[in-house]
Amino acid sequence: MINLFEVAETNEMIAKENLDVRTITLGISLLDCIDADLAKVNEKVYQKITSVAKDLVKTGDAIEKEFGIPIVNKRISVTPMALIGGAACRSKEDFVTLAKTMDQAAEAVGVNLIGGYSALVSKGMTGADELLIRSIPEALHNTQRVCSSVNLGSTKTGINMDAVRLMGDIIKETAEISAEKDSADCMKLVVFCNAPDDNPFMAGAFHGVTEADAVINVGVSGPGVVKTALTRVRGENFEVLCETIKKTAFKVTRVGQLVAQEASRMLGIPFGIVDLSLAPTPAIGDSVADILCEIGLEYAGAPGTTAALALLNDQVKKGGVMASSYVGGLSGAFIPVSEDQGMIGAVTAGALTLEKLEAMTCVCSVGLDMIAIPGDTPNTTIAGIIADEMAIGMVNQKTTAVRIIPAIGKSVGEKVEFGGLFGYAPIMPVNPFSCEAFVNRGGRIPAPIHSFKN
Amino acid sequence: MKKTIITVVGKDTVGIIARVCTYLADNQINILDISQTIVQGFFNMMMIVDTNLTKKDFGMIVDELEKLGEEIGVVIKCQKEEIFDQMHRI
Repeated sequence: MINLFEVAETNEMIAKENLDVRTITLGISLLDCIDADLAKVNEKVYQKITSVAKDLVKTGDAIEKEFGIPIVNKRISVTPMALIGGAACRSKEDFVTLAKTMDQAAEAVGVNLIGGYSALVSKGMTGADELLIRSIPEALHNTQRVCSSVNLGSTKTGINMDAVRLMGDIIKETAEISAEKDSADCMKLVVFCNAPDDNPFMAGAFHGVTEADAVINVGVSGPGVVKTALTRVRGENFEVLCETIKKTAFKVTRVGQLVAQEASRMLGIPFGIVDLSLAPTPAIGDSVADILCEIGLEYAGAPGTTAALALLNDQVKKGGVMASSYVGGLSGAFIPVSEDQGMIGAVTAGALTLEKLEAMTCVCSVGLDMIAIPGDTPNTTIAGIIADEMAIGMVNQKTTAVRIIPAIGKSVGEKVEFGGLFGYAPIMPVNPFSCEAFVNRGGRIPAPIHSFKN
Repeated sequence: MKKTIITVVGKDTVGIIARVCTYLADNQINILDISQTIVQGFFNMMMIVDTNLTKKDFGMIVDELEKLGEEIGVVIKCQKEEIFDQMHRI
């Protein structure tokens, strides 16, 4: 039987070490909402989301009470909107109406974010894909809760460099249109290589076409728990270090599995996956960078950071895989800058650069995340940064992403403030040399040789 | 039978167990096991209870026990057993 110490350990994790379930994300297929008439698509999309998700928030709150574990977010992901609106939308404005409908539906059911204003263009763009991509700045500016993502490449298809180049412009445009609020719309826009179909985390969540009609995906979180466990093994060797991370990850993931199963049972919707990511927040003691420091680095970004992160990421997965019946999504340590107090500290101290972050993304999920750069960074340079990150994902057969914020009117030394879970970010310097001729070539980069496994 | 774990943590004072048990009895909640220690003047108790007979909604019991804890000056948490079982047992 459970004893006093075990109960105390769990409650200590919740009360003092920020153990929580980061998100219950309900994936909803909108494929049955496709229609050639735009008004009908909008109506069907609203009806489907509000009927499938009507009990989501209530259920999340009930589970929170039952187990005494905070469930921070309840969210929705939908089928990539470029597919749903393709038959009806003739202009950018047509697509924006769909974004507004998503926003209204999300508000009606009480979720704080809805993902899936997305296009999957890893090999080529359809007319609808391109229209949706071009409508992103306007769509994000006119909605509160909508998140957008674009898949630009994959190991199987290579990298769509036309789309990469276009996204350089779109990210800049998104920043400019929201310049008066520190270019904050860019937080809701992410580009991917090898985007997973079942990611529960925003801004990149969408409900892939390979998924069932509705599915429950859960993202857990526990950087604070891992950090605290590691304080007890200071000075011990790598074997002890790795075992400690693994055991802790197991415990954290079990909570996610329990919540996912309970949500699935209560809502009558199948359980999809648990995402094993260590997701930080700006709260003190909820930082992935602090774990790296506990492992033995003065700051995240010091020599040894990539190795420490590789080790952390791998042990989290090894512990988590056994704790859950189905694992998916991004599953790794997140290294966003603005959402992690330790990362912000490392950038401010000059320990962490964009290039080091890029190296770190080779060994963890997900990519260059929540990074503020000067507002006058050329569009082609943004496209170049994206291309580099996509190449890492493509060659290493892993998901990589870029969520970057060109802070309009600001430069290195200043910072952007987003508030709440999004935190703030010091503006990081970008390599000033041009890649214009490279990104303007057009076409696509072929898939790497090791993708031909048939 | 689904079990529930009630934990009470806080500064020791007269009548903590009495008041918690009275609440449970009033609400048809059966106590299956109690373990309790005092560490450096801090009262630490765990109860395993059966909530199957109570007519109250689980969320309401959680809220009322929390409120009772505030009155006594301790922290009372009420959680379904599964969260501990899942975390500490393979």
